[in-house]
Amino acid sequence: MGETVEGLLLGFSVALTPSILVYAFAGCIIGTLVGMMPGLGPLAGISLLLPATFGLNPIVAIVLLAGVYYGAMYGGSTTSILMRIPGEAASVMTCVDGYAMTLNGRAGPALAIAAIGSFVAGTFGVIGLMLLAPTLAAFALRFGPPEYTALLLMGLFILAYMSGGSMLKTLAMAALGLLLGMIGIDQMSGFTRFTYGVVELGDGISIVPVAVGLFGVSEILLTAGREEPPKVQRPKLRELIPSREEFRRSIAPIGRGSLLGFLIGVIPGSAHIISSFVSYGIERRLSRHPERFGHGAIEGVAGPESANNAASSGAFVPMLALGIPTSPITAVMIAAIMVHGIEPGPLLIVNQPELFWGFIASMYVGNVVLLILNLPMVGLFVNLLRIPYAYLYPCILAFCILGCYSVNNSMIDVWIMLVMGAVGYALRKFDYDLAPVALGLVLSPMLELSLGQSLAMSAGDYAIFLERPIATTMLALGLILFAFAIKPIIFSGRKDWRANVGLEREQS
Amino acid sequence: MTDNATEEKRGLRSDQFSGLMLLALAAYVGWANREYPLGTLSYPGPGYMPLILAVFLGVLGLLIALGGARSVRLAAIKWPEATRAAVIVAACVVATLSLERLGYRITVIVLLVFFLGVVERKKPLPVALVALGFGFGSQYVVGDLLLVPLPRSPWGF
Repeated sequence: MGETVEGLLLGFSVALTPSILVYAFAGCIIGTLVGMMPGLGPLAGISLLLPATFGLNPIVAIVLLAGVYYGAMYGGSTTSILMRIPGEAASVMTCVDGYAMTLNGRAGPALAIAAIGSFVAGTFGVIGLMLLAPTLAAFALRFGPPEYTALLLMGLFILAYMSGGSMLKTLAMAALGLLLGMIGIDQMSGFTRFTYGVVELGDGISIVPVAVGLFGVSEILLTAGREEPPKVQRPKLRELIPSREEFRRSIAPIGRGSLLGFLIGVIPGSAHIISSFVSYGIERRLSRHPERFGHGAIEGVAGPESANNAASSGAFVPMLALGIPTSPITAVMIAAIMVHGIEPGPLLIVNQPELFWGFIASMYVGNVVLLILNLPMVGLFVNLLRIPYAYLYPCILAFCILGCYSVNNSMIDVWIMLVMGAVGYALRKFDYDLAPVALGLVLSPMLELSLGQSLAMSAGDYAIFLERPIATTMLALGLILFAFAIKPIIFSGRKDWRANVGLEREQS
Repeated sequence: MTDNATEEKRGLRSDQFSGLMLLALAAYVGWANREYPLGTLSYPGPGYMPLILAVFLGVLGLLIALGGARSVRLAAIKWPEATRAAVIVAACVVATLSLERLGYRITVIVLLVFFLGVVERKKPLPVALVALGFGFGSQYVVGDLLLVPLPRSPWGF
């Protein structure tokens, strides 16, 4: 505990320096704006900003990108509540009761509870991150290639279990992502695969053009031709204060959402999206008056908003402690750190204490910034929503091209972005979740390398995975969850957890 | 049974179509993968993992197709935005081809003029202001302030 306090003090000494504070502040504002814009979620926003961080020092870069991440999570809720337009996917559930509250003339309290819930959950998530990441990193120092192989396989199994929609489609998208990750030079043999003579593909496909194409460009293609924006309410400051009853009803959902969101955030997949769906389902199930949900129940705003913010912090635990991304967003952030020659993983805390603790402290600061900045300025921010979409989307597209080109100064990345945009558009028309594609792309080379190294260690004997307790436990856990995941398919008619929390119905 | 109900039951379903597409993709990957040594189960070669994944994808595609009888009909999926989406992609392809030939600023300005003026039919003054403002502004912020090298035209700007 003493080491944690020492580390945190070091972190605050870094995070409270004026330059870091300015970047945390800028990240929160950019993130809020990005989150409010349909077509630019946190992933596309972070990916587009990535090249701009190359010239910054690594602490500043990660603080800026993290600010964009949780700023976008907050910004997404504003459009959900005021316009029924989720700025990003995790805010879909907030639309249901948040917009109903707006129609009932309670937009201000809905925004305030969303902000307070986000603050509480964000702070809870950072405390969890602070306590869990160093412990996990110390434990992970015992990991060799077999443990990493088992961990990555377990992550894929859990992804199947926690998928928000059809498990078969989620697994198919993960397989597609893993196949994309096969493009380039095989690290074990040196063979160049599936490059078709394009030299630039030798290094493999970068996560940035894939993420921008799948999540940014495809959204623009889907929403092209949209009519002029609907009228937007601008709540005044005095209208933001919730009633005592609304406060009372929100406390437990915020608490549950924070805990649930953090736990779901640690595991792989679209954690912040899933956590908000699960939280909404749980709140509706626990409510004495479930019929209020969908008609402006404040619990339906407090729970999901807290859950998706806590999940954002939870996602940083495996990223910082193990160097393994559990979501496309953390994958891009790992890329941002690696550009500066820093290897994320168990040794990060030991080798880069200023970066690790400075990052954690900056998240405390960022949460406070978001709370005190965004609530009074919500009227100002919603002006962005008045910009006609016809002007907005061409500029976003130009940013996408600019952002992808800038990462490697390579036209190939722009082509990949366009292809991924078209593929993402088609896949979304057929109800496929795109996050597993990005996740598979990042995990694929890691999985292949660690499997190859494990087999080299054991002279080709797969029993190595059964002789090492940590690897065996992780594989067994993953297989048990996978068995649970496929149970509804084998025994048709059986309901799984998605049906129990109402996820299937909400997604359809 | 009415004609409409019969019509509703007939025809390819969306999941059947998408599952078959994934199966076709998996078959192609498996075919393209024949150039790489497979190795053995104990010592996998560079072609081993792609083959396993292609088989996995193919099986999943087949399962999606087989279980897709209850999904919506393929013909029922509406594509109202498809024409505009195709125009957007085509314009981006032309812009990508031009980026290193005409430079960042000219390409982006022309691209924005096309989107705003031709596709969205906005008035010339706002189109010019947005296109020039974005072109010069983003070049200044990204290229000059953040020092990210952007393609320049043969005329040096």
